[in-house]
Amino acid sequence: MIPGIGLNEVLIVSTLLFFIGVYGFITRTNLISMLISVELCLNAAVLNFVFINKYLYPDKPEGVMYALFIIAVAAAETALVVAIIVNLYKKINSVEVHDMDTLKY
Amino acid sequence: MEAVLFYIISAIILGTGMAAVASRHMMRSVIFLLFALLALAGLYFLVDFNFLGAVQLTVYAGGIVVLIIFSVLLIHHIESKLSEASKSRKWMSALLSLGGAIAFIYVIIQNVFPAYAESTTTTTKTVGEKLLDYGEGGFILPFEVISILLLASMIGAIVIAKGEPKQTIKANEE
Repeated sequence: MIPGIGLNEVLIVSTLLFFIGVYGFITRTNLISMLISVELCLNAAVLNFVFINKYLYPDKPEGVMYALFIIAVAAAETALVVAIIVNLYKKINSVEVHDMDTLKY
Repeated sequence: MEAVLFYIISAIILGTGMAAVASRHMMRSVIFLLFALLALAGLYFLVDFNFLGAVQLTVYAGGIVVLIIFSVLLIHHIESKLSEASKSRKWMSALLSLGGAIAFIYVIIQNVFPAYAESTTTTTKTVGEKLLDYGEGGFILPFEVISILLLASMIGAIVIAKGEPKQTIKANEE
C-alpha cells in the first residue's frame, strides 16, 4: 500500500476516470473516439481490481490475475474493433455513427 | 513522498483522460490516451506490481495505442477536426456523468476500508505459478480460454479486415 493514501482516494480516482470515459462515449460520434472512451472505462476497472487487491488482500494474487485477463480481453476487443472500422470505411467511406444504418454484410 | 507521487500521477491520469475525450483532433486524443495509460502503469509500479505494470506498458501503450494510431492514420484526414456534439447534448451528458460520479463517491466516502500495512507483494513467480495451477484457486481454465479467445479474435480480425475478394464483389454488382 501507499503510506498516507487510503483506499477511498484510489476509488475516487477510478470513479472519476470511469465517468470521464462514459462522458466521452456519450458525446463522441466517431467510432475511434468511442473506442478510446471504452478503453478509459476498462482501465478504471483494472485500477479498482489492482488496488482493492493491494489494500484488502495483499497476500492473494487474484486481483492481479483478473487485471491481466481484462488487459488480454481488451487487446482482443481492440483488434476486432479496428478491423471492423477499417472494413466499414472501405464500404461506406465514413466512421461516423450517423452513417451506420446497415448490418447486412 | 509516495503520497505526493500518487497525487501527481492521479492528476496526470484525470487530466489526460479528460483531454482525450474532449480534444477535437483525433491524433491528439489518441496521444492523450497514451499518456493516461502510461500514468496508470506508473501507479501499478508505485504499489510494487512490477509484472502488471510491464504488461500495461507493453500491451496497452505498445500494442493497443499503436493499433488505434494505425487505424486513425488509415481512416482519418489528419487536418480535419472532429464534429462536435451539440451544446445541450454536451451539457446533459456532462451533468449525467457528474451525477453518477457524485453518487458513487458519496457511497465510497461513507465506507471506511481497513488498510493492512503488510509489505507482501505478488511477484512474477506467483503469477506464473497461479496461471498454470490446476488445483484449487488455479487459473489454468481462464488462461486456456483467453488463449483461444486471442486466436479467434486474430483470425476474425484478419477475415473482417480483408473483406470480400474482388471477383465476388463484381459478381454481386452484376
